[in-house]
Amino acid sequence: MSEGSMRSALGRVRHHGAGGGTEHFVGQRVSAIALMFLAPWFLLSTALTMNAPSYRAAIDFVTSPVNAVGLILLIVAALYHMRLGMQAIVEDYIHKAAAKVLLLLLNTLVPIALGAGAIFAVLLVNFGV
Amino acid sequence: MAGAPEDRPISPHLSIWRWHATMASSIFHRLSGMALYAATIGLALWLMAVAAGPEAYAPVAALLASPLGQAGLYFIVAAFAFHFANGVRHLVFDTGAGLNPSDAETTAWFAILFAVAAPLGLWALLNLGGWR
Repeated sequence: MSEGSMRSALGRVRHHGAGGGTEHFVGQRVSAIALMFLAPWFLLSTALTMNAPSYRAAIDFVTSPVNAVGLILLIVAALYHMRLGMQAIVEDYIHKAAAKVLLLLLNTLVPIALGAGAIFAVLLVNFGV
Repeated sequence: MAGAPEDRPISPHLSIWRWHATMASSIFHRLSGMALYAATIGLALWLMAVAAGPEAYAPVAALLASPLGQAGLYFIVAAFAFHFANGVRHLVFDTGAGLNPSDAETTAWFAILFAVAAPLGLWALLNLGGWR
């Protein structure tokens, strides 16, 4: 940048940051607050209502309407929250560009695939084929 | 640091510090988060196995009922209890409260003790409390 540039100091630094930091921060907290309710609900209700890890007990749990909606909310919030957390870990510890990009890509695609599969599974158990 | 003279003082790394609760809770938060990442993958696969029908679910049921599966579930509850308690601690920190060393130390100990007590309590409730 030459001394005589017409660009302002603000114009030179804009869009050169890491990007998305605020969204990451807010998204992590919002999903954390949702999970503060959803995750204990899931752990306690499965632990206290499912007598054994049998197929019948699992079907009974997933076919309750409240449980089905709760499971979909839990899956979405948990996959989103864990993706943000793992992104921070990868960015902190993986410094090789190729490995970092590959892990960040997997960290995006795997939660999306699992979310689609798990939500479809809840709908399938409830509405059949 | 690349290019730095070798005799230059460097920042002390993890091994140089005396362990204390705030440092342990920070490390445990990442470790429990990674464990819960795996547990959430397990939850999604569990739902898909339920939808796949009784034959597909049979090995999943056997795994969950086995000592390995039961121990796994116990540690998932422990990892969650820690991540939950320490996560609430961080949400409080976000407001600016509790950041002084003595409060941070006390609440870190609370999160660690909660992670020990919660799975034990749930195990006792299920196995000794007549819930099933």
